[in-house]
Amino acid sequence: MTFEKILFYVFSVILVLSATMVITRRDPVHSALFLVLAFFTSAILWMLLEAEFLAIVLVLVYVGAVMVLFLFVVMMLDTDKAAMRAGFVKMMPVGLIVAGTMAFEMFLIVGPQYFGLDKFAMPAPHPADYSNTEELGRVLYTVYMYPVEIAAVILLVGIIAAIGLTMRKRPDNKSLDPSEQVKVTKGTDRIRVVKMASEIKQEAK
Amino acid sequence: MIALSDYLMLGAILFSLSIAGIFLNRKNVIIILMCVELMLLAVNMNFIAFSRFLDDSAGQVFVFFILTVAAAEAAIGLAILIVLFRNRRTINVADLDALKG
Repeated sequence: MTFEKILFYVFSVILVLSATMVITRRDPVHSALFLVLAFFTSAILWMLLEAEFLAIVLVLVYVGAVMVLFLFVVMMLDTDKAAMRAGFVKMMPVGLIVAGTMAFEMFLIVGPQYFGLDKFAMPAPHPADYSNTEELGRVLYTVYMYPVEIAAVILLVGIIAAIGLTMRKRPDNKSLDPSEQVKVTKGTDRIRVVKMASEIKQEAK
Repeated sequence: MIALSDYLMLGAILFSLSIAGIFLNRKNVIIILMCVELMLLAVNMNFIAFSRFLDDSAGQVFVFFILTVAAAEAAIGLAILIVLFRNRRTINVADLDALKG
């Protein structure tokens, strides 16, 4: 049992346990926090696979941005936790049977008989001066140039869609529109000329 | 040494757990979205494991794009959730029957 193997099993157990907690906790805030733990543990497992850049991206983007967004939304929405749990126990057998069957079927396919060490030997570790970020950057900006640009457009669409969906005119908003303010003309918009009969000032008695 | 099958089986367990999560929490949209994120994580685990064992960086590039799309999906999904809550005062899946599906 090498040190790497011990690390792999320790972090795998943490990952599976935190994933179990994500799906069984009553409070969505707890679920989100356990999902943070799951992402963090996966980042460490990706480090073991020498994918350092993606491990850091997972921590920065997922733990730092996406999960914070999740936590914001969870805390903003006022949900009825009891109604949300309705059917939890009733669906438990079905869910476990489906998940167990799927896991069993996938084990038959991806088990050691097809993907063991004798079929796919562990490649030699990269030398100490090897940079995973450099390697990824080189292919991203040459071979995958157009996909990178499409990904950028997808992110832009995501920003615009999120803003467009959630923006609304508040009725109690008192802000002024400067473009309307500077559009006024000197004559008709500022003064109003009123025709009326002339009045004679009454003398005080 | 850690075999490729170890990583693939870990991904399979994660994927099955998130399937079970969708079954168990089918009333709560937030937890369903979290389970989808967990599923994408399982898929990414497979991509990175294959990328390492086949010594090909294409797998990592794919994970990069999956992360991009998943981030956009989470942002739009949560925005839809907020608009839904603003209009209906609930995010219970059972109450969302406006389309009579």
